[in-house]
Amino acid sequence: MSFLSYLVSGISLGSIYALIALGYTMVYGIAKMLNFAHGDVIMVGAYAIYTICITWGLPPLVGVLGSIVICAVLGVVIEKVAYKPLRKASSLAVLITAIGVSYLLQNAALLIFKSDTKSFTSVVNIPSLDLFDNQLHIQGETIATIVVSVIIMIALNLFINKTKPGRAMLAVSEDKGAAQLMGINVNSTISLTFLIGSALAAVAGALLCSSYPALSPTTGAMPGIKAFTAAVFGGIGSIPGAMIGGVLLGVIENLSKGYISTQFSDAIVFGVLIIILLFKPTGLLGKKINEKV
Amino acid sequence: MAMLEIKDLEVCYGVIRAIKGISFEVNQGEVIALIGANGAGKTTILHTITGLIPAKSGSIMFEEKDLLKTPPHKIVGMGMAHVPEGRRVFQNLSVLENLKLGAYTRKDKAEISESLKMVYERFPRLEERKNQVAGTLSGGEQQMLAMGRALMSKPRIILMDEPSMGLSPLLVSEIFDIIRVISESGTTVLLVEQNAKKALSIADRAYVLETGNIKLSGKASDLINDESVRKAYLGE
Repeated sequence: MSFLSYLVSGISLGSIYALIALGYTMVYGIAKMLNFAHGDVIMVGAYAIYTICITWGLPPLVGVLGSIVICAVLGVVIEKVAYKPLRKASSLAVLITAIGVSYLLQNAALLIFKSDTKSFTSVVNIPSLDLFDNQLHIQGETIATIVVSVIIMIALNLFINKTKPGRAMLAVSEDKGAAQLMGINVNSTISLTFLIGSALAAVAGALLCSSYPALSPTTGAMPGIKAFTAAVFGGIGSIPGAMIGGVLLGVIENLSKGYISTQFSDAIVFGVLIIILLFKPTGLLGKKINEKV
Repeated sequence: MAMLEIKDLEVCYGVIRAIKGISFEVNQGEVIALIGANGAGKTTILHTITGLIPAKSGSIMFEEKDLLKTPPHKIVGMGMAHVPEGRRVFQNLSVLENLKLGAYTRKDKAEISESLKMVYERFPRLEERKNQVAGTLSGGEQQMLAMGRALMSKPRIILMDEPSMGLSPLLVSEIFDIIRVISESGTTVLLVEQNAKKALSIADRAYVLETGNIKLSGKASDLINDESVRKAYLGE
């Protein structure tokens, strides 16, 4: 039974990675940049919930919705202020800027909320589930995480494949110039991508801190790196890739923790990534990038 | 007043002046060819007209509106479509999805499906392959898709950049027949071509470009018999 239990909590953790990885992969697909501040948006979202629900005592739903709005706005502002002026700059300049934004967010949180770890109260309020004569115990948070993630992923797929702004995102990610010739507003499409990615990060933050309730200014850093790994693992730029990569990463991490070693689980996760990239440099679902001459 | 009027247009890439202050005009219903060697600035002119690259100075008036002061993504909605060099179809999307993106700025669903029917009539091969991913089409089919996609915006003027590039002689003739049909249906055409002979054979008037300047201009039927044009561009 312990295998099933590791598997289920792995899928749950992996779903959170997947939600974060979607933000990385969508932004990479459309702006061809690695937004290393993305992980810290999760942390901002979690502090937003903490402030709304614990400091102000409002209900969890208000906290989550408020956090989504704050993160979505933050994502758009970061793009407009930090990345848009660098759209024609070298990718190295953009990368360094992203790291700078990451530190800015972490230190702003440090200034406002201090360095002590806050204990986060779960926003999930559903009972846990006991299966197989109480041998398998599944937390309410785990169930909520999996259900919410599945709904979000289905909704995101429908949005991208069935709606006009979704198609515009695909067009812009393939060829900005040609998309513009179709009458697509490239700037607002990029903003929309940051908005969606950051809103997903807010949801991921709420779910993450509900399952692992310690909140500090660096809370977003490690999940951010893991989710970035998941996005690369699945093939950066590919939306289904980020979903699969995230879930697989969570499962591998949890099974390694359960059966091999808690200390080495991260090393194993990154080891698997290195092996996959050796055999498939573009990731599981990644496409070969055709360089234009 | 001409439908499209370009005045003293100057375009620079860094310190290099690619277009050195040229002026020309396109009248309603005409087929205008811009011919010239590689690097003469033909593609740069089209890119500047539809806002893919900024101009340094001059003006581009389309139906009395200055395109240099128009946000680039608004231009197609004003009735100007651009079939870019190298087709630039969306490789990962299906033929149908590409065509629908061509009608991105249009709202009326009934009119859009009307246009789709018209495009399929003109390019039956696109209908046969409507669910195929565009990247798997042949070069000629991709050219047809790029043209069909442009027509989906219901343009009054269509800019075409090297439609014959990389195609077999048979396909080149087919593409030029289609351009003639598009023109006969009332759409104005601004054509950029290295294949000067073909371009002059369907154009009303033409401008000959040389390193960012207009060297010659006139009726296509006169230019095709011009000694210097024959020597430099028709290989005679």
